[in-house]
Amino acid sequence: MSTTEKRAGQEAFHQQLDGLRPRLLAFARLQLGDESQAEDLVQEALIGAWEGVERFDGRARLETWVFSILKHKLVDEIRHRRREQSTGFDPDDMPDVEGLFNPRAHWLPAARPKKWQEPEQACLQDGFWQVFDFCVLHLPESTARVFSMRELMGLETAEICAALGISEQNCWVILHRARLKLRACLENGWFDKGEDNAVL
Amino acid sequence: MRSCKRATELMSQQLDRELSNTERFSLKAHLMMCRHCRHCDIHFKALHRFSETRAQANESEKD
Repeated sequence: MSTTEKRAGQEAFHQQLDGLRPRLLAFARLQLGDESQAEDLVQEALIGAWEGVERFDGRARLETWVFSILKHKLVDEIRHRRREQSTGFDPDDMPDVEGLFNPRAHWLPAARPKKWQEPEQACLQDGFWQVFDFCVLHLPESTARVFSMRELMGLETAEICAALGISEQNCWVILHRARLKLRACLENGWFDKGEDNAVL
Repeated sequence: MRSCKRATELMSQQLDRELSNTERFSLKAHLMMCRHCRHCDIHFKALHRFSETRAQANESEKD
């Protein structure tokens, strides 16, 4: 490969990496709740990807690979914060779900889950992800963090417990409440409205 | 199991850990009898798939 070709290849790769930055940042921000620290970690992950390009075997998607680098950095950071006792993580900061059930633990009429029309089609529609992100970000912060570590980062509950210093039981309770809230939020914000007039 | 709330706990936990046979059986029995919880179960699983898609930064990204 000539020097010019090599340089063109590097430039293209650099642009691809840089194109991932907004997604990486949004993700890191959600995990850390701290803009400048999120920027630092994303920067480190992008540099790590740039330096380690020979380890990228092309079988995984570039995004998936860079995200996995960022995930490791985020988990390290969350662990580190916990050691420093500065996570601000409060396991009792959970959404209240008592309002969904009557004293006999049956669904209250207004809270009963309805049938969603073609949920698999939803993610292809304009605006769906804005509603989804809105719903995740409106969970209490600690709940949003556990949910995104589990469902967006794909960590096992045991890993989450270790990083946050909570019991696995506690983790399940938080995830249960997160899912109940998100379900209701998506239903109100999207599935109940029909695809044409979905507004927050 | 009569409690819808308890049923939703098991629906959630089956996404995070293996349920015991007893738990699986009582959840199944509850779901057969309760339409609202059947919807909820479908929604929890849909949330899981939405999150997977979201994490993979698909082409519908607006940033």
